[in-house]
Amino acid sequence: MERRSVLGYGAAALGALGLALFVGWWQVDGPGGPEPDGRRPLPLTAMEFDLTDHQGRPVGPDTLVGSPTLIFFGFTYCPDVCPTTLADISGWLDALGEDAEQLNVVFITVDPERDNVEAMAEYIGYFHPAIRGWTGTEQQIALAVEGFRATYEKVQTDGGDYTMNHTASVFLFDAEGRFVTTIDYHEPRDFAVPKIRRAMNEEKTEGAT
Amino acid sequence: MKPHRIALLVALALPFGIATSALADSDDIVVENAWARASIGTSRPGAVYMEIRNKGDEPVTLTGLQTDLAMMPKIHRTATDEQGVSSMSPVGEIVIAPGETVALEPGGLHAMLMQLQRPMEESESFLLTLTFSDRGETTVEVPILGIAARGPED
Repeated sequence: MERRSVLGYGAAALGALGLALFVGWWQVDGPGGPEPDGRRPLPLTAMEFDLTDHQGRPVGPDTLVGSPTLIFFGFTYCPDVCPTTLADISGWLDALGEDAEQLNVVFITVDPERDNVEAMAEYIGYFHPAIRGWTGTEQQIALAVEGFRATYEKVQTDGGDYTMNHTASVFLFDAEGRFVTTIDYHEPRDFAVPKIRRAMNEEKTEGAT
Repeated sequence: MKPHRIALLVALALPFGIATSALADSDDIVVENAWARASIGTSRPGAVYMEIRNKGDEPVTLTGLQTDLAMMPKIHRTATDEQGVSSMSPVGEIVIAPGETVALEPGGLHAMLMQLQRPMEESESFLLTLTFSDRGETTVEVPILGIAARGPED
């Protein structure tokens, strides 16, 4: 009798522990986690891709480590979202004044078919001078997009042309290359500059300690 | 209804290409704060933004656009989903209820100018005609701002 009840308690305790572990996993890493799709961008140090900047120089995630980074995807044949994002970012950089010089600001095209180095150079020339434009092969662009857990898709339009659906969020990384946060497309502009400052300050506190 | 019909006939009788901002028939439709971004060359599509207000007592339906600047001017809508992915799709007709304003603004509705016939040069302007199902047309003069413009005041 006593043995059986001890076993019973033991089994119940194990069951409770198992349940607690399961609930913990569910809430932290599992489907109940704070980011339901678990699609948090990798640290820049864990990404691997080789692209070319608008001045023809080879670049990759390593190029960005050492300074806080603001990075986003788009394409130069985009009439609405991309020029708006680039104009918004130009405004944020103006608001940061001289501090903007500490930032890497990169626009990666998701349309390498049309956006070659020359096209990127011409296009970004109309925006804040800190903004750099990166392009490359379709394969390397796909690798980069995957590292950021972003998405893009080519969509045919009725004029026989095509457009690109793509993640329009701006990604922020600290100087160590760790993902900090995103600035979403419809977020009020007032939130953007403090977020950028946060990514920059994480670098400073790291440096101070 | 009758005054509108007459107004429509008057509008149809008017020659096209008048450079005023509103024609006689469209007193009920007010287009404000129109602006466009400059283009690089002609291969990329342009975008036009504006506010369209219906001052009348009946709904109006915007059915199309016309301009000599582009072969295919169409209203598109940009939508951004919860994952932050933006996509763009053509919008058919836009119904504007009496007293309502429809805003064509960055990141939402916009007039997309496809197949540009000439580059959109900053500080120039062009005429864009809005066609309505029941009240004829309204032609607006659209100023072309810089590529990095964010609103009509830039």
